[in-house]
Formats: sequence, C-alpha cells, structure tokens
Amino acid sequence: MEQFNLEIISPEKSFLIKNDAVEVVIPAIEGYMGVLKDHIPIISFLKPGIIDVKLSNESLNFYVDDGIVEFKDNTLSILTSSIFDIKDITKNNVDKILKNVEEELKKENIKDQDRFILEKKIEVLNSLSIN
Amino acid sequence: MASLDDLKKRISSVKSTQKITKAMKMVAAAKLRRAQENAERGRPYSKKMNNIILNLSNGITDVENAPKLLAGTGQDKVHLCIVMTADRGLCGGFNSNIIKKAKAFFRKISENGKELKIITVGSKGYDQLKRIYKSKIIQRISFKDSKNANYFDADKVGRIIIEKFEKKEFDICTIFYNQFKNVITQIPQEQQIIPLKTNEDKDKSSEENYEFEPDEDEILANLLPKNISTQIFKAMLENSASEQGSRMSAMDNATRNAGEMVDKLTIKYNRSRQAAITKELIEIISGAESL
Repeated sequence: MEQFNLEIISPEKSFLIKNDAVEVVIPAIEGYMGVLKDHIPIISFLKPGIIDVKLSNESLNFYVDDGIVEFKDNTLSILTSSIFDIKDITKNNVDKILKNVEEELKKENIKDQDRFILEKKIEVLNSLSIN
Repeated sequence: MASLDDLKKRISSVKSTQKITKAMKMVAAAKLRRAQENAERGRPYSKKMNNIILNLSNGITDVENAPKLLAGTGQDKVHLCIVMTADRGLCGGFNSNIIKKAKAFFRKISENGKELKIITVGSKGYDQLKRIYKSKIIQRISFKDSKNANYFDADKVGRIIIEKFEKKEFDICTIFYNQFKNVITQIPQEQQIIPLKTNEDKDKSSEENYEFEPDEDEILANLLPKNISTQIFKAMLENSASEQGSRMSAMDNATRNAGEMVDKLTIKYNRSRQAAITKELIEIISGAESL
C-alpha cells in the first residue's frame, strides 16, 4: 500500500504525526477533498467538517473548525486551531459550541462568508449525532 | 549601635524573607519547565505557517493588489505598538527590559513626527507606561485569569488588532516581547507584524508550483489574520518562558543575598554579645579592684 506522511498541528502542540497515512479526506473550503500519495502540491483552507484519516491499520475521525492544509513532498500538513477526536467529543461540548455559534449568528452585520461557515458548523455538529 | 534584641529580630526577618524567595524560586523553576515545553511545542505551528505564507507571497503575481496586511497601507504615519509584559512583578529585569526597548522605539517614532498608539498586554506594562504615555495608550489587555498562555487569548488580541487595522486606525504594527534564550538571558524583541516582513532569502523557499484552492488572494486574505494571532501567541509563549526564567534567576540571587546578610548579621550579633559580656566583666573586676 502506498503511504505518505500526515501531520496535524495545533498552535499549542503537534496534535498528530503519522507516517503511514493511506488516504485522508479533508473538508476543504470548496468541497471534500481526498488526498492520496503523490498528490500535486496544494494549499487550501478548511471549513468546519470531519477529517477522515485512513492509516495502514486503523482509521481516525476528527472534527475541525477551520485550518490550513498544505501538501508537499508527500507530506500533508494540517494547521488548525480547534480540533477534536470524534471519539472524545461529548454531547456537552457540542452543545456548548452550538450555543456559541447561534449567538454569533444573531449578531447583525455578519458577513455572508462568516454566516456560511457558521451554518456549516451547525450542520456538521448536528450530523454527528452524539449522545 | 543596635541592641542585641534588634539584631535578633533583624536576623529572623531576613531569614523569613529568604524562605519566601526560595519558595518563589522553586515555583518559578517548575513553571519554567512547563512554559519551555509549551514554547517548544508551539514552534512547529508558527514555523509551518510562516513557510506557507512565504510560498504564497512568492506566488502572488499582482503585487499592487496584494492584501493590505501583507503589503501595508502604503503609508507609515500611525504606529501601533503592542507592548507585551507580565501580570506579575518580582521577576528581575523582565518587565523593565521590554519597557526600555519600547520606550526607545517610541522616542524614535515621535522624533520622526509619526503618530503613536499603544496597546499594553499584561498589567505591568501599563503600570510602567502610564506615567509618560497615558494619552497614547488606547487599550489595555490583561489575562490575569488564565493560567497559561493559550491560543484563545492570543486570538482575542489578534482580532482586536485586525479590527483596528480594518478601521484604518494605524499603518504599522509592532509587537514587543522578550525572547527566551536561556534561564539567564532573555532578549527583548521588537517585531513588525503589519505589514508582514517576509524574510529576504527568497531563494531558499523552493519554487514549488502549488495548486491553490481557491486562488492565492483568497487564501492569503484568510491566512494573514490567522498569522497575526499566531505571532502574538508565539510572543506570549516566549514571554511566559522568559518571565519564569527571569524570576527564577532573580529569586536565586535574592536567596543568596539573604544568606549573605544573615551571615553578616549573625557575626555582628555574636560580636556585640561578646562585647557586652566583656564590658560586664570589666565592670565587675574594676569594681572589685577599687575595694
């Protein structure tokens, strides 16, 4: 199986570093994007969504708010300020985020782009169906 | 000359001060280790971020229409200075070194006839600057409640800066903080964050042909504000490591000085006790002789 490097970095620490990624699906701003080995170099940024990581022997899922992705020399770097493992996320967390988002949405003079991001966030979080 | 009782009191008071400074040193040492680890863990993010921006700005074809955060407003009339200090004192020259650096910069700005605006982060900076520059300080931010430097706080500061920039309240933004070199040395830094100064060694960044999705401009517009927060966060991490390092060495000195003082006082105490005894003996002897 062809493998490449994956690093997920948050400002506080290196969140996840693996060298046996097989396929990673990321929620890029213009739609979900699957990354395999020898992808062309690309820079893009993320919208709220689920990162789906397939390693050689396990698969992981993360929820991200935003971030920047870069793929180069068979290394996929994801820089993000807020990321959770889906397994660890609890109903409480989700509710808290949802509440914040709804308050943001109530604000006036909100930019269309921000509104889109926020609505996306709600959609994704609701679809998680966590109990 | 001080009486024996006075000396005794003095010694015990110095001793208890020594206990406090010793405890503070221990605490600072423990915190320093954590702060240092945090600073190290935070480095990959800012490094990567810088790389990406460098690659992007090289890829930009239309320099004139580049985002303002990168290219600047084309003026340099109003300077915004972010002075980042600690919330606590008793850490040697940590706070005053930053202030000294900042003040030198302020003087240069005023001499060149530019307008100056100041935001202080951390309450000690405000305390020291308010006497001379009170009218220039437009905002003061303090994170006394949060225990460690965290990205959330940095992001708040970043947002404030961006907001002010979008309202065209300033042209150039500089941050002041202490860079952590080692426990003894912390170097006060001034770093310009708006417009962004990309490193000049452009040959180093590879001529990689990136695919951009969406286009460069949009990514840059999204990325640059984040970079401001990242830089602030980096400064906060460096600052907190420096603060603890500085406090540790200051308290180490204080403990040592207190020890020396106790020694000196003890000798003095013993001497005067001996002198008192000798005096008494002489009195008795001369009294006996005169009989």
